[in-house]
Amino acid sequence: MDDLKQKYLGQIANAADEAALEDIRVTAVGKKGEVALKMRELGKMTPEERQVAGPALNALKDEINSALAAKKAALGDAALDERLRSEWLDVSLPGRTRRVGTIHPISQVTEEVTAIFGELGFASAEGPRIDTDWYNFDALNIPGHHPARAEMDTFYMHRAEGDDRAPNVLRTHTSPVQIRTMEAEGAPLRIICPGGVYRADYDQTHTPMFHQIEGLAIDKDISMANLKWVLEEFFAAFFEVDTIKTRFRASHFPFTEPSAEVDIQCSWENGTVKVGEGDDWLEVLGSGMVHPKVLQAGGIDPNDWQGFAFGMGIDRIAMLKYGIPDLRAFFDSDLRWLRHYGFASLDVPTLHGGLSR
Amino acid sequence: MKFTLSWLKSHLETDATLDEITYALTDLGLEVEGVEDRGAALAAFTIGYVESAEKHPDADRLQVCQVQTDEGLKQIICGAPNARQGITVVVAKPGVYVPGIDTTIGVGKIRGIESYGMMASEREMELSEEHDGIIELPSGEVGQSFTDWLAQNDPAKVDPVIEIAITPNRPDALGVRGIARDLAARGLGTLKPSTVDLVEAAFESDIKVTIDEDTLDGCPLFCGRLIKGVKNGPSPAWLQDRLRAIGLRPISFLVDVTNFFTYDLNRPLHVFDADKVAGNLRVHRAAGGEVITALDDKDYTLQAGQMVISDDNGVESIAGIMGGSASGCTAETVNVFVESAYWDPVQIAYAGRALKINSDARYRFERGVDPSFTPEGLEHAVRMIVDHAGGEASAPVYAGAVPDTARAYKLDAARVQSLVGMEIPESQQRQTLTALGFRLDGDMAYVPSWRPDVQGEADLVEEVARMASLTKLQGKPLPRLTPGVPRPVMTPRQRREQIARRTTAALGYNELVTYSFIDQASAALFGGGDDLTRLENPISSDMSHMRPALLPGLLAAAARNQARGFADLAFFEVGPAFHGGEPGEQHSLVSGLLVGRTGPKDVHGAARPVDIYDVKADAEAVLAAMGAPAKVQIMRGAADWWHPGRHGKICLGPKKVLGVFGEVHPRILAAMDVKGPAMAFTLWPDEIPMPRKTGASKGALTISDLQAVERDFAFVVDADVEALTLVNAAQGADKALIEDVRVFDEFIGGTLGEGKKSLAITVRLQPTDKTLKEADIEAVSAKVVEKVTKATGGTLRG
Repeated sequence: MDDLKQKYLGQIANAADEAALEDIRVTAVGKKGEVALKMRELGKMTPEERQVAGPALNALKDEINSALAAKKAALGDAALDERLRSEWLDVSLPGRTRRVGTIHPISQVTEEVTAIFGELGFASAEGPRIDTDWYNFDALNIPGHHPARAEMDTFYMHRAEGDDRAPNVLRTHTSPVQIRTMEAEGAPLRIICPGGVYRADYDQTHTPMFHQIEGLAIDKDISMANLKWVLEEFFAAFFEVDTIKTRFRASHFPFTEPSAEVDIQCSWENGTVKVGEGDDWLEVLGSGMVHPKVLQAGGIDPNDWQGFAFGMGIDRIAMLKYGIPDLRAFFDSDLRWLRHYGFASLDVPTLHGGLSR
Repeated sequence: MKFTLSWLKSHLETDATLDEITYALTDLGLEVEGVEDRGAALAAFTIGYVESAEKHPDADRLQVCQVQTDEGLKQIICGAPNARQGITVVVAKPGVYVPGIDTTIGVGKIRGIESYGMMASEREMELSEEHDGIIELPSGEVGQSFTDWLAQNDPAKVDPVIEIAITPNRPDALGVRGIARDLAARGLGTLKPSTVDLVEAAFESDIKVTIDEDTLDGCPLFCGRLIKGVKNGPSPAWLQDRLRAIGLRPISFLVDVTNFFTYDLNRPLHVFDADKVAGNLRVHRAAGGEVITALDDKDYTLQAGQMVISDDNGVESIAGIMGGSASGCTAETVNVFVESAYWDPVQIAYAGRALKINSDARYRFERGVDPSFTPEGLEHAVRMIVDHAGGEASAPVYAGAVPDTARAYKLDAARVQSLVGMEIPESQQRQTLTALGFRLDGDMAYVPSWRPDVQGEADLVEEVARMASLTKLQGKPLPRLTPGVPRPVMTPRQRREQIARRTTAALGYNELVTYSFIDQASAALFGGGDDLTRLENPISSDMSHMRPALLPGLLAAAARNQARGFADLAFFEVGPAFHGGEPGEQHSLVSGLLVGRTGPKDVHGAARPVDIYDVKADAEAVLAAMGAPAKVQIMRGAADWWHPGRHGKICLGPKKVLGVFGEVHPRILAAMDVKGPAMAFTLWPDEIPMPRKTGASKGALTISDLQAVERDFAFVVDADVEALTLVNAAQGADKALIEDVRVFDEFIGGTLGEGKKSLAITVRLQPTDKTLKEADIEAVSAKVVEKVTKATGGTLRG
């Protein structure tokens, strides 16, 4: 019996492939194999002999089967290794290309600004880009003869022959949205109005369309001091610095009184501006306390309510924050510019995750 | 508005430095736009004295000079012909920057001899074009600053010029005196008194003035005096210097006087050559059609109602805007009629705009000059004319009366605190207003006649806060209207647009922001370009019409990028398009455009030309992200800028179009210079029904543990049968059991014959109550074949 075991284990160990292994299986433990033949001889044995030989033969059969299985697995592994050795790919080849889209800086910055003012309690309001002369001017205390009208470089819509109404205008600011929202919602109110605006001006630093964000807060006891706090909070959050100083300078806008131009703290180094540090000032914003006539135009009683308003250029603060040199390029759709200054689709600005990467 | 420091100081007694003055101006709302300080540029130049001068041993034209300076005797080589012993000169020592030659002086060797500086000419210091030799001063101490010497001896040369921006509410600051008044109120000095010594009346004026009854509302007051026997000619140097410093060209004394008072006291004046005036002057409204040649030598045709001044010859002056050349003063004028009138700002603004004349007079009258000062302004001019040019003046001629602008508002000292948030004592508030010319009577503040902008209590607050300086403002937190966690602030449309934008970018498109106005031809290609959306005053013909769609902007951008060598483009824009010229006649769109290939040529052969199934998938993905229902119809018959056979409308019913995808019509591409083909989609976010908000719950998920079974079928149908018809028919075979039907193959022509195609579908069966038996499957299969055959006229492919 030991001879048998030695013989077959030896053959299994030397088997070259699965076919040889199968031959060994048939010869050794197949139905007519040598072990089976031995099993048949058990019947001729005495019970005592059988008690010894039976378990020994079963053990031999199990041992051969395990050896066969182990060898088969080993041969399989070897064959797989051999196959994989031939399956070599040049992993330095590029992967399949995938288009990468981008979000325009104006959209990104609008979302940033909306996130910050949302946290400060300002809802986002919208209105039409073509508006009446009344909403764009008169309601904002800019009557027909006012020099500010001429200075605004307004685009006018064509009027049909015989239509004697004042021509509609492309809104020169998003302030008409303030009037419309006051009319619709009354006071108290906290809104921002982001969106495209138009002025007939085109040079190095002006485009006939640009984007503004205006803010309006109306309540019983709002003062310019609140405005200063809101703006300083906003600028620090937007430019992602700890604090930022602002400087208020007296100015004039027909729709606010008192009015102030607001500068933010900055430094200039090699022609590059850095916001939130240094001793220089950069004018970024116009603001003031809403003129009583404007509140009236919006259907709000100026004897009961007061508030502040401010406005700044989205494109401009985008340029400042992200170091974009030329306003005109915003609207030129140059693929190289879009790829360089654009934002990833998943870079949704949030206050908890940070506005920019 | 420009003025010089010395001009300012003629009204303001002050020790303040230029920096203090410019800082205060900006802080007060008179924003300084620029300061030209020539003195500062010359601050390092000092006065020297040439002790000796000898010819340079190796150069005929050079002198070796020993010059006494504040740092002792220095050797300076000089090539100027007038360099010689005994003259007082201006020295630039090593380290000094010389603006006229844009060089910083160093120690150098000239032909072997060392030189420790330079003696300067006027041109080298940008004082004049004079460069025939170095400056020889008639006086001056060695070591004295040259700037100081100029300030004493030739002050105009170093008089700093300040330019400020004037907001439309501050006409009073269009005169130097008004600026001085603001600075004095801020505490930067005291306002000097302004008085005029009246010129005695020697005779009655030959020229009388009347104002028509219907013109009194536009010209309530007209004052004039006739001066006989003047000698016109160039103005005195001080007057010429001042006018030149602020960029005005001196013309002749009489004209210069009017320009001077325009800037000095914000009092525009006009001078008629009395010998050219026929009869009397009459202020009236134009009948319309009169033509006048104005002082700018241009002809203007007047519109009915515009105010003019006429004599017996006709219109002589466009009132308050520009005089006529026929009766204007010249160098030969000997008899002059000086006009000082008050014109209504609104009427001047409209007339000036209609006539397109921008003059100093119009600029000031339309903002508002001081009406009460009209008679006194005349006397200032008459005094200056008589003093300098001689002659005798008539008694004043007046028509109309000074309009009453008197008004008062209550000064509520607490209002500054409530509106601005600054604590300013009442005494200081009263002092500020008094300094600005307000008259306080109890708690009523009477507004000075030169401040037309002050129209209410808030204006008093503004004046007080402005003078106290807004830089002192301290921020104060603004609580939200509702405490706690802030609620969402975006409108549903903004949210939808944001989702569309982010999804489209995630699909690989670059977002564009293009102009809302495009050229007429492009607009017309997309159903726009009519007069309703036309701009009256476009900035160029390329930007004449409001865009009817976003695609023209995307296509134009594609053409520009193709020209730059980029062939594979994926652009999108989210924004408004315009279907009319009234407020609200705009609609929100999302448009995407693909041109070229899906990517650059690659080793995997994965890149291929884009096709409509790319944009269809993208359009569907973006619609789904915006919350559009999954069950839509695909219809044909969209606008004619789509390829007629290669586009589909994504609809909820025949009238509710959520979007269109397809190939852009080749005719459009040719017109817009785009190398095609181009695939595009346009979506209308506002058309997607708003979800009935029932909370954020997604509902329970029901899934079956029973095994799903898939069966494939192929049908031969006519080539124009749409796959969706077939899919819908198959789906209808057993709505409960059939979970999904997918097209997985399309084969056209070949052995099928002309006009036929094969469509293969996979039908997925999902049982919910019991495992499917072969007989169940056979039954459903038969039903599928029957339904499809009935709906499409096709046959099961054998």
